[in-house]
Amino acid sequence: MAEQTPEEAQQPRIPTVIADELHIVYRVNAGSKGKGSATAALSRIVKRGGEERGVRKVHAVKGVSFTAYRGEAVGLIGSNGSGKSTLLRAIAGLLPAEKGKVYTDGQPSLLGVNAALMNDLTGERNVILGGLAMGMSREQIRARYQDIVDFSGINEKGDFITLPMRTYSSGMAARLRFSIAAAKDHDVLMIDEALATGDRKFQKRSEARIRELRKEAGTVFLVSHNNKSIRDTCDRVLWLERGELRMDGPTDEVLKEYEKFTGK
Amino acid sequence: MSAPPSPDDGLSPAELAAKYGLAQSGARPGLFEYVGQLWDRRHFILAFSQAKLTAQYSQAKLGQLWQVATPLLNALVYFLIFGLLLGGRGNMDIEVYVPFLVTGVFVFTFTQSSVMSGVRSISGNLGLVRALHFPRASLPVSFSLQQLQQLLFSMIVLLLILIGFGHYPSWSWFLILPALALQFVFNTGLALIMARAGSKTPDLAQLMPFVMRTWMYASGVMFPLDYMLTKVTAPGWIAEALLANPAAVYMDLMRDALITGNGSEDLPGLPEHVWALGLGWALLLGIGGFIYFWKSEEKYGRG
Repeated sequence: MAEQTPEEAQQPRIPTVIADELHIVYRVNAGSKGKGSATAALSRIVKRGGEERGVRKVHAVKGVSFTAYRGEAVGLIGSNGSGKSTLLRAIAGLLPAEKGKVYTDGQPSLLGVNAALMNDLTGERNVILGGLAMGMSREQIRARYQDIVDFSGINEKGDFITLPMRTYSSGMAARLRFSIAAAKDHDVLMIDEALATGDRKFQKRSEARIRELRKEAGTVFLVSHNNKSIRDTCDRVLWLERGELRMDGPTDEVLKEYEKFTGK
Repeated sequence: MSAPPSPDDGLSPAELAAKYGLAQSGARPGLFEYVGQLWDRRHFILAFSQAKLTAQYSQAKLGQLWQVATPLLNALVYFLIFGLLLGGRGNMDIEVYVPFLVTGVFVFTFTQSSVMSGVRSISGNLGLVRALHFPRASLPVSFSLQQLQQLLFSMIVLLLILIGFGHYPSWSWFLILPALALQFVFNTGLALIMARAGSKTPDLAQLMPFVMRTWMYASGVMFPLDYMLTKVTAPGWIAEALLANPAAVYMDLMRDALITGNGSEDLPGLPEHVWALGLGWALLLGIGGFIYFWKSEEKYGRG
C-alpha cells in the first residue's frame, strides 16, 4: 500500500481527490506483432480465451497514488505521452480504471467541450449545445450567453457568432471553445493545456479567468508544458514520467528537478 | 518540512475517502438514479439530436430541403425496381401499391437508421465520451430522436403521396401517433443494445448493413408479405414468425392506419393482436435495452 505523504499539513485539510494505486490501460485493436493485420485479426477470433492476441495494451498510468486537498492548485508535468491527460480523464471518471480507485468530492469536470461542438453549426448554437453538454440548464446558458460571446471576442470583427464555426479562423474557434468551457463553475476543475489558445490579449484574459475559476473551484488541476504558467498558478506539482509518479511536492522543488531532467 | 501529525495520517485511502464522504469516480449509478440523470439531460439530448439533424445538410445548396427530398428519392427508386420492373405488387392496384411501398420504406428506414446510428453512437463519439460527463445513454437516445425527427419530415412526403393517390384524411390517421410512439421506444431500445455491442466491437458497423438488408427483405417492405409467402409455399411457422417480427408489425400498423381510400380492401386486414405485438416489442426492447446498456455504463470510453 503506497503511503500518502501529506506535506505541510495545516489544521484540518479536506481531501477532494484521492487516487489509490491507479492503473489505466488502453487496449488497441491494431498494429499487432503478427505479420499482416488480417491474419492477426483472424487468429484473434480463432484463439479465444487466455490473453487476447493481436490486441496491444498500452499501460498509460501505472499505480499512481496521491491526495489533493481543497484550495490546492496542482500542476501536472511530464514529457509527451507520460500519462498526464489520461490521469486527468481518470480522475474525472471518464476513463475506467484497470486497477485501483479514484475517490472524488462531487463531480470533477474537465475543461473541454471541443468534442460536443459541431463545425457545421453557428457559433450561437454551439454555445448553447456546449453549455448543455457540460450540464448547464437552458436558463443558465441564457444568463451567461452574452458573457461567453463577449469573452471570446468573436464579435469584435463583425457578426461572426451567427456564422457556422467552420468559417472561423483556427484562433477564433479555439477562443470560442475556451470561452464556452470556462463559463461553468466547478468543484474540482481540470484544465488540459488550455492556456495556449488565442492571441496574447486573449491569453491574458483566459489566465485571469482561470485564476477566478480557481477561487470558485475547490481544487484545480492544470496540465501544461509551460513551466511559467505552472509556476504562476500552482502551489503543488505532480511529475509523471512513463505513467509513474516520479515526484510530488511544492512547485519550486519539483520544477527544479524537472528542468534538470529535461536539460534546461 | 515538519508536518505536524494529522489525525488522518494512519488512514488508508479508502478510509480517508469514506471519512470525508468522497465518492468513487466513474462508478455506475443505480438504475433509478440513472433514469433521473438522463431526465436531467433531456435538453441536451434534444439539442444534440437537432444539431445533428441540421448539421447533416448544412453544406448542401438545397440545405434542409434534402430532409424531404432524400426519402422521396428513396421511395422512387424502390417504386421503379419493385413496382415497375419486378412487379412485386401482388394483387394491388397502383393507387394502393405506391402508398403501401412508401409507408413501408419510411417506417423501415426509421428502424434501420436508428440501429445504424446506434452502433456508432458510442464508438463514433469517443471524444465526447472521454471529455464530458453525462449519462452515456444520452447518445443512443439522442440519435434515435434524430431519426424520429427525420421521419417526421418524411411523413410530410407520405401524406402528400397518400392524398395524391386518393387516400383522404380520416380519423384512423391519428393512429399513427401511438404507432410511431411504440416504434420509437422499440428503436431506442434496439439502438441502446447496438450501442453497447458496438462500443465493444466496432466491427458491427461493417456487419449491420447486411443484417439490416436481410431484415428488410424478410419483413415485406416492398411487397405484401403473406402474398409472397403463399406463393413460395413456406411452412406456416416461418410465415407466422415473419409476420410477428417488429418491423413487419410496425409497418402493418402504419399502413392500416393510413391507407384508407379506394382499393384498401386489397390489403390484408389487421388482426387485433398486432397492436398487442407492437406494444410488447416496444416494452421488451425499450426496458430490456435500457437495462442492458446501463449495466456497462462505467465501461464506455475505454480503448
